[in-house]
Amino acid sequence: MPHANPRYPATPPPASGRDHRRVVVVGGGLVGLTLALDLARHGVAVTLLDEEDSVATGSRAICFAKRTLEIYGRLGLGEKLLARGVTWKTGRVFHQDRQVYAFDLLPEEGHRYPAFVNIQQYHVEAWLVEACAEAGVDLRWRHQVTGLAADADGVTLTVTTPSGAYALRADWLLACDGARSFIRRSLGLPLHGQVFQDRFLIADVVIRGEVAFPAERWFWFDPPFHPGQSVLLHKQPDELWRIDFQLGAEADPESEQQPERVRARVAAMLGPDVPFELEWVSLYTFRCRRLDRFVQGRVVLAGDSAHQVSPFGARGGNGGVQDADNLAWKLAAILRGEAGPALLASYEAERIAAAEENILHSTRATDFISPKTPAARAYRDAVLELAEGHAFARALVNSGRLSRPAVLADSPLNAADDGTWPGGAETGSPAPDAPVRHQGRPDWLLRHLGGEFALLVFDAVWTPVPGLRAVFVTAEETPGTLWDHSGLAAARYGAPPGGAVLIRPDQHIAARFAAPRPGAIRAALARALGQMEHAA
Amino acid sequence: MKLDTSPRLADPDAIFARLVEAHLGLDEAASRRLDARLVLILANHVGDEAVLRQAIALARDPAPPNARR
Repeated sequence: MPHANPRYPATPPPASGRDHRRVVVVGGGLVGLTLALDLARHGVAVTLLDEEDSVATGSRAICFAKRTLEIYGRLGLGEKLLARGVTWKTGRVFHQDRQVYAFDLLPEEGHRYPAFVNIQQYHVEAWLVEACAEAGVDLRWRHQVTGLAADADGVTLTVTTPSGAYALRADWLLACDGARSFIRRSLGLPLHGQVFQDRFLIADVVIRGEVAFPAERWFWFDPPFHPGQSVLLHKQPDELWRIDFQLGAEADPESEQQPERVRARVAAMLGPDVPFELEWVSLYTFRCRRLDRFVQGRVVLAGDSAHQVSPFGARGGNGGVQDADNLAWKLAAILRGEAGPALLASYEAERIAAAEENILHSTRATDFISPKTPAARAYRDAVLELAEGHAFARALVNSGRLSRPAVLADSPLNAADDGTWPGGAETGSPAPDAPVRHQGRPDWLLRHLGGEFALLVFDAVWTPVPGLRAVFVTAEETPGTLWDHSGLAAARYGAPPGGAVLIRPDQHIAARFAAPRPGAIRAALARALGQMEHAA
Repeated sequence: MKLDTSPRLADPDAIFARLVEAHLGLDEAASRRLDARLVLILANHVGDEAVLRQAIALARDPAPPNARR
């Protein structure tokens, strides 16, 4: 029985034929829904337009990385992903009929979330829709943007619905409308980067009963069942397996999607006696490219509309969710009048750096997986021939460098340390999690940081800057604090006793104070809000 | 570190012969992979990215500086 997506009722257009909203998100995919939910949680009235009436067709982005899980943890969905998804951390790489090596993505204990959870994008989107509705997001299904006129103070959209069109004025337009973004094309914004010719085939396959594969990422170069090409296997919930076949540049997109042809490929891999059903088949090529600017006046682009990567490394969905995480609190602060254009400019600076990193890694992985020249193929095969016996060559095997959180090391919002900070997570990195005890119960540090600025104070309880929430972490059990019983919190932050760390609403580190003083904390807070003139 | 291009081989003729012999009996593709394996093994032995960059640049353009147009 194939998965049936929920259907949402088409939203009637406003009777007057016109409407004015402060913030409009276009695109109800993973990124648009995450952004709308995060904005709503920050108290912003959001309207979300989606041209369809449902969530994603097919499993699509299935690998949710630790950082994304932590973001969904902040938004209240993390436990759901953990409970429903398939947790994995081991990857295996095969060359022809031999295992070349295996790797462990999170060899360290003491994190709430694992390296990865695999779950179908449609499940996550359906939960996001529910959460958006509960948070008061104005969800408009089957509202398609068919026209756009931008000016200095906003954008006027023509929105077409099954019951007619209307004019929608938006003070801010957030384009989360995907790789083929109508908004981006209407604005005439070019993407720069590489287009790849190789075709790949996704088959989502239901296998009931005993399966020969564990919940791991398996990648084959040139396997006997699919010679000359690569294959990638992932486990999903619901007895569902994702198989990704490289087909090469010459493959015919029509015939390759025919079910009997796909079934033959899957049967060659699984063996003749393993019964399976095809749930979803998709043929794709990909691009590694981005826009020059992510902010165009009152239009902000996020996710695939702004940047695109190959799927190797799970950097598309995870990158887009981090865009949303980065943008929501900044736009909310601007709308509250607490910050100006400099804060929005930092979204662009931080997320372009992150997109560059994702594009670099995904381009390199693609070049390794599908070599473009005889020399490239010789080097690739040479690496694989050496890798089984020699650790140095394993480091050169690139079947996808899996998504890592962006470290915003060069962000204009970061403040310099006030003295010597002993080590640990650097300024700009996501706040590390750690196990703590709270009121006698086991708990996690990140759960206490929340979605506003917070000052994490180590081994001291004092009155910090008024209006700035403090979270106290102590080495000894103390009432009103988080007890760092294992010492992992202090170790991961590298915090000296009495030290403090300023955490942004998106749970990135903005500043570290070895000897915290209110003046320096206030200056760092102003800097993190893009108020540079106060942050000399 | 600077790439050392001074003569360092005690018996250059023997090394040249070893390199050529290593390819005996190999077809074009296998020969190419052998060279690639050799480069990767030596690159790891060198370990210094700056030296390797200089070596790659020299291999791309082996003409002496005064012969360049």
